[in-house]
Amino acid sequence: MSEYLILRHRAIPGLERLPVYLEHQGFAAFRKAVTELQPAQVIQMVKDSGLRGRGGAGFPTGLKWSFLPNDLWPHYVVANADESEPGTFKDREIMESNPFQFLEGLMIASYAVQANVAYIYIRGEYWHIAKWLDQKIAELEQAGLLGEHLFGTDYSLRLYTHLGAGAYICGEETALLESLEGKLGQPRLRPPFPATAGLYNRPTVVNNVETLANVPLIVLNGPAWYHNYGTDKSPGTKVFSLSGCVNQPGNYELPFGVTFRQLIFEHGGGVPEGRTLKAVMTAGASSVLIPMDESVLDTPMDYESLNKFGGSLGSASVIVLDDSVNMAWLTQKTVNFFKHESCGKCTPCREGTYWMNRLAERIMRGQASLREVDLLYQVARQMQGKCLCALGEFSTLAVVSSIDRFRADFEAVVTKEPIYG
Amino acid sequence: MNTLLTKYADEIRAILAKYPPEHKRSAVMPLLYLAQREAGYVTAQAMAEIAEILEISITDVASIVGFYTLYYDQPHGRYHIQVCTDLPCALRGAEDFLKALCQALGIEVGQVTPDGLFTIEEVKCIGACHRAPVFQVQGDGEIVFHENQTLETALAVIEALRQKAQQEKEGTA
Ligand SMILES: Cc1cc2nc3c(=O)[nH]c(=O)nc-3n(C[C@H](O)[C@H](O)[C@H](O)COP(=O)(O)O)c2cc1C
Ligand code: SF4
Ligand code: FES
Repeated sequence: MSEYLILRHRAIPGLERLPVYLEHQGFAAFRKAVTELQPAQVIQMVKDSGLRGRGGAGFPTGLKWSFLPNDLWPHYVVANADESEPGTFKDREIMESNPFQFLEGLMIASYAVQANVAYIYIRGEYWHIAKWLDQKIAELEQAGLLGEHLFGTDYSLRLYTHLGAGAYICGEETALLESLEGKLGQPRLRPPFPATAGLYNRPTVVNNVETLANVPLIVLNGPAWYHNYGTDKSPGTKVFSLSGCVNQPGNYELPFGVTFRQLIFEHGGGVPEGRTLKAVMTAGASSVLIPMDESVLDTPMDYESLNKFGGSLGSASVIVLDDSVNMAWLTQKTVNFFKHESCGKCTPCREGTYWMNRLAERIMRGQASLREVDLLYQVARQMQGKCLCALGEFSTLAVVSSIDRFRADFEAVVTKEPIYG
Repeated sequence: MNTLLTKYADEIRAILAKYPPEHKRSAVMPLLYLAQREAGYVTAQAMAEIAEILEISITDVASIVGFYTLYYDQPHGRYHIQVCTDLPCALRGAEDFLKALCQALGIEVGQVTPDGLFTIEEVKCIGACHRAPVFQVQGDGEIVFHENQTLETALAVIEALRQKAQQEKEGTA
C-alpha cells in the first residue's frame, strides 16, 4: 500500500521527532477537539467513522467511549500497550516510530471522555519504549500541549506510563486495571465493565495503542474520509504482524479486506525454500488453525469473514505455517504458552492448561497413543465456555482445531499401542 | 530506617506523584523495579520497606513479586539472558539457537555461568518475532533487546558485558 494512516513514519522520515510531527499537522486534531468541539461531538465523529478496537475484539470505539456515565467522576483513559500475544509486534513499531500520533490519539480520547489523567500500561519487556515515551511526554509538557489550561481552556491533562512486569494476562483489560492498581494481574468478574467501574472503581476507557493511533486522522479529516479505506463493517486499515514460515516477516499496514494471498504472497514474499503453505493462525497463539488451500487464500481478512472457519481476526497477528510444521508440535507449543500464562484464578483454566500441557508433552515425547490425543481433545472441549476470562478459551482453540483438522500429524508422533499405567 | 526511601527520596516522590494519593498502592510495581535495580533482585528488606512506604502488608508486596516473571526474589547471574523460544520464533530456528548458546556457554537453561554473571532463561514472546532469533538482557535495571541474532553475535554481546563487569571490578579494586 502506498498510503499509510498508522505507519506514517515509513513515508515521513523523522516523524518520531516533535518538530517533524508538528510540521505534518501534528496535534492539529487535538487542538481542534479541545478548542472547537464538544466532547460529545468528538465521540460522535469516532462513532461515525466506524473505528473498531484493534486489541482483538473489534468493539466499536466511539460506542465504548459513549458508555461512560456523566454522574461519576473522575474518568480515566488507559492505553493498552501490553502487546504480549505471540506473533504481535505492531504496537511496538507505532510507539517506537510514530509515538506522537499514538499519544495524540490518547489525548483526544481523554478529552472526549473528559479524563484529566491517562495511563499507558506497557509490558515490562518494552522498558526502552516506556523510557522513550516518558521523554516524548516531557516534550509535550514543555510545548504546552500537555498540562493545565490547554490552549487557554479549562481542560487539563496529564499522561503517565506504567510498566508491567511479564504477565500476558495483564493485556486483558480488567487484569490490566488490577495490575495498575498495584494488585495481582487477575481478571475481574464482569459486569460491571470498566466503562462504569474501571480504574479505582471509576468510569474508564481502555483502548489498544493502534486503535488510539487512528483517532487523530479521523478528527482531522472527518468520518466520511475514513470510510475510503477498508470494508463497510471494518473501515480503515490494519497493521498486520506477519511471522513464522514466511520470507519477509514484518508489519504490513493494509486496508481491511485484504486477502490471505495478498498478505502472505504479495507482501510477505511467500513461504521459504519452495515449501507449501499448510495453515495460518490469524490471532497469534489465540487462534484456530485455518487450513490453507487455493480457495481459502482469497478470503478477505476483516472481522466478519473469518467466522466461517470458526476463527477471528483478533490482533491480526498472522503466523504462517508451512508443510514442515507438525501440528502436534505446534499444539504443544501453544498449550505450553497458556499453561505458563494462566493466572490461576479459576479452576478450569488453571487445571485445564496444566493437563493439556502434560498430555501434549507426552505426545511429543512419543510416550502416548491416540488415546491420549483424544483425552487432550476432551480436556480442551470441557474447558470451553467454563473459564472466567477469554484466556482459558484461547488456550483450547489451537488444540481442538489441530486435532480436528490435522489428525494425521498426531498419528505420526504417537505410539501404535496404547500405553497403560 | 527506610534505606530505599532515604537513598531515592526524589525518585520515589516522582513515582508516587503519578497516582492519586489515596491509591498509592499503584506504585508497587515501579518501586519493585527500583529495588531490583539496586540489588539485582528484590531483597526481603526492600519488600518490607516498600510495604512501609505504600502502607500495605509485606505479604501483598511478596505476592506481586511472585506473580510477575520479571521480578526476582533470589540472586541470580547479574545478567539474565532471556531467549525467546515461543511459537513464531521457534518456527525460525530459536530452539536450535538456544541449544547452541547453552553449549557455547557450557550451562543449561536456568543455570548461572561460573563467574556468576549470566543466567540463561527461556522466555515467551517478547514482540520481536519478525527478527528471530532474539533475546533480551535483563540486568542493571534495564532490559535490552538483541535481534536477528546468530551464535557469533550473541557471544559478542555476552563478551562485551563480561568486559564491562571486569572493568568495573578493576576500577573499584
Ligand atoms: C488474554 C487476553 C489478552 C489480551 N491482550 C491484549 C493486549 O496485549 N493488548 C490489547 O490491546 N488488548 C488485549 N486484549 C484485549 C483487551 O482486553 C481489550 O479488549 C482491549 O484492550 C480493548 O481495546 P480496543 O477496544 O481498542 O481493542 C487481551 C484480551 C485477553 C482476553
Ligand atoms: S481463564 Fe485463566 S487467565 Fe482467565 S481468569 Fe481463569 S485462570 Fe485466569
Ligand atoms: S515469538 Fe519470539 S519474539 Fe515473538
